[in-house]
Amino acid sequence: MAVTDRVQTPPPNTNQPASRDKSVKRLAFSQKVSKWDVKLSPYLYISPFFVLFAITGLFPLLYTAWVSLHTWNLIGGQGKFTGLENYEFVLAQPFFWNAVGNTFSIFLLSSVPQVVLAIAIAAVLDANLRAKTFWRMGVLVPFVVAPVAVGLIFNNLFADQAGLFNEVLTGMGLDPVRWHSDSLASHTAIATMVNFRWTGYNALIFLAAMQAIPRDVYEAATIDGAGRLRQFVSVTVPMLRPTIIFVVITATIGGLQIFDEARVFDQAGLGGADRQWQTLTMYIWELGWGQRNFGRASAVAWLLFLIIVLIAMANFLITRRIASQGGRR
Amino acid sequence: MHSRARITALSAAAACLALALTACGSGGSDNAGVEGETGTEDVTLSVGTFNEFGYEELFTEYEELNPNVTIEHKKAATSNEARDNLTTRLAAGSGLSDIEGIEMDWLPELLEYSDQFADLKDPAVEGRWLDWKEAAATTEDGQLIGYGTDAGPEAVCYRADLFEKAGLPSDRESVAKMLEGDWQNYFDAGKKFVAASDGTAWFDSAGATYQGMINQVENAYEDKDGTVIATDNADVKDIYEQVLQASVDDGLSAHLTQWEDDWTASFQSDAFATKLCPGWMLGIIEGNAKGIDGWDIADVFPGGGGNWGGSYLTIPTQGAHQAEAKKLAEWLTAPEQQIKAFESKGTFPSQVEGLESDTLLGQTNAFFNDAPTGEILANRANAIEVRPFKGPKYFPINDAMQQALTRVDVDKTDDPASSWEKFVTAVGAL
Repeated sequence: MAVTDRVQTPPPNTNQPASRDKSVKRLAFSQKVSKWDVKLSPYLYISPFFVLFAITGLFPLLYTAWVSLHTWNLIGGQGKFTGLENYEFVLAQPFFWNAVGNTFSIFLLSSVPQVVLAIAIAAVLDANLRAKTFWRMGVLVPFVVAPVAVGLIFNNLFADQAGLFNEVLTGMGLDPVRWHSDSLASHTAIATMVNFRWTGYNALIFLAAMQAIPRDVYEAATIDGAGRLRQFVSVTVPMLRPTIIFVVITATIGGLQIFDEARVFDQAGLGGADRQWQTLTMYIWELGWGQRNFGRASAVAWLLFLIIVLIAMANFLITRRIASQGGRR
Repeated sequence: MHSRARITALSAAAACLALALTACGSGGSDNAGVEGETGTEDVTLSVGTFNEFGYEELFTEYEELNPNVTIEHKKAATSNEARDNLTTRLAAGSGLSDIEGIEMDWLPELLEYSDQFADLKDPAVEGRWLDWKEAAATTEDGQLIGYGTDAGPEAVCYRADLFEKAGLPSDRESVAKMLEGDWQNYFDAGKKFVAASDGTAWFDSAGATYQGMINQVENAYEDKDGTVIATDNADVKDIYEQVLQASVDDGLSAHLTQWEDDWTASFQSDAFATKLCPGWMLGIIEGNAKGIDGWDIADVFPGGGGNWGGSYLTIPTQGAHQAEAKKLAEWLTAPEQQIKAFESKGTFPSQVEGLESDTLLGQTNAFFNDAPTGEILANRANAIEVRPFKGPKYFPINDAMQQALTRVDVDKTDDPASSWEKFVTAVGAL
């Protein structure tokens, strides 16, 4: 490397001592610059993300913690310092624990079927179909629709007395489902909206991963006498492992923050009269904007953050196990 | 029906959430009255309303009278939604309309933030409204934060055709005679009706009926000094039990929640036969029951007179065109315009001159079988004896109460006793 080369002192020449001195200096300086360049530029190149994150992620995070230690009114602003009082209050609220339960229930009802369905759809799309691109684009259509619009459309289907689903059920002589009264039914309905939006998107991610699986593996499996289904279970799914992990993690982060679909599930937007489908983010909304109590809302926001961190850690540990099972470190 | 306002309110909310509750702070400022030129520059004024204010035609008229003004109407579906929207943007310090409609029930909580609203006191509107209407929007130091639009004197709207089928008297006078009396009398008539009819309920929802009853109690949830008494007030508990007894045990309710999709759709079937209706509800019934014949309105209200709702127009100080906005608000709430709004959507005037006008008293409503709605609602307004006190906690407490009723009446997740317990917890958490 040029920077480590010693500068050769030229043979003594009494004619231009000054200029020679200068050129040595200049050379030294430019070497310094290139040294900095090598050392610092990588940091500069990645800095935009971190600067943005500090402004839009880290600062709000810390500021929320600060707010949660005070009484703080939405419109009136900062009140007195109360320490952990907001946390104590919130943890004693039945609605908080109810929201935690609902969040996990909706999350599981939406994530598990979503991943299974997405793999199945991807497998179908991976087969030799006519008009491949058309089908592949088709599964992405629901993703383009705004979540609130999805909510409004599905509300017409899920209305308890006037909804299409219940019309069909009663038409078949069955009992109508009480979508807006029964917790589990409401969770199913909301999970349906979430799945409607995200399944196609995840299917495309799986499809991309499937296309990367070398075809000779399948050829070998065929020669060994494996059928279609056996190939799918023993070749495709194991090869998709890293992608499945990725999809599960992103679905977790999104799933624990479900808000839009649940909020537009009825007019009042609070999650039902008995809070049958109030998620944690909706509870934050109710405290912060309904009761205008930002201190308590921030406390819940931080608790949600901690829950997500815990789940992410668990995810990380599980992924490490799975990855090491593959014999790679 | 679902306006864009809902979606924007939601996205604003989501944006605020995404910012993890930070950037939503606000600085208050002292504000004097509204100063400034009007009628010179071209302006676009946005007006935020909810439900049916009956302003659509008036806006067109105002634009013709004032060529420099373009009006942009933002309509929220419900009062709760309008309140959420207002709160969010008030806190954000921007994004409110130049004129924001607010409802009586959540006006008291806004008085605390009177510095966020322009002082609309003006000699020109001195004595325009009924005393109580103006007093409710006046702060202790004499600032007027809103111009009254309508009041909500309540009558009983009913389906004459279903009454006839069940063998009850169906003309206005006889119905008024039959329902004259206390609430128990209204419920007893309902039992008769339900026994004789084919699966039609007597009223739409426990919550809506409760609303009529609680508005006849002077201090339901708060004492004059603002102390919350909701959970120890025997009157509240009695009304709660009485309305649930009628709704669930006697089967008089159609088990709907007001404003929900099912409720809106139920107007198209014979789900219920009566509905307590303040003036502003007439336009909503007419809209939801399009194509259904048989609605009528009787000059009667159980338990004496009652008022439900009524609104105001406010001008947030964050607006850029306050002088023009004030001019428009003043014009919209003038008696002659309020009467036009009444013709359009049944929003009954709260303006003194409006109440005495022959136009109002001669007003009939074609949808309600040509009933003299002007005269009926004026009589109902005169029958009001109690002016309920509503403090800053009124709205959230009443909201918690509505949810308590819904749990029993619609969701059936609770019995009256356990739902009451949850209500007590919810009020304690405010």
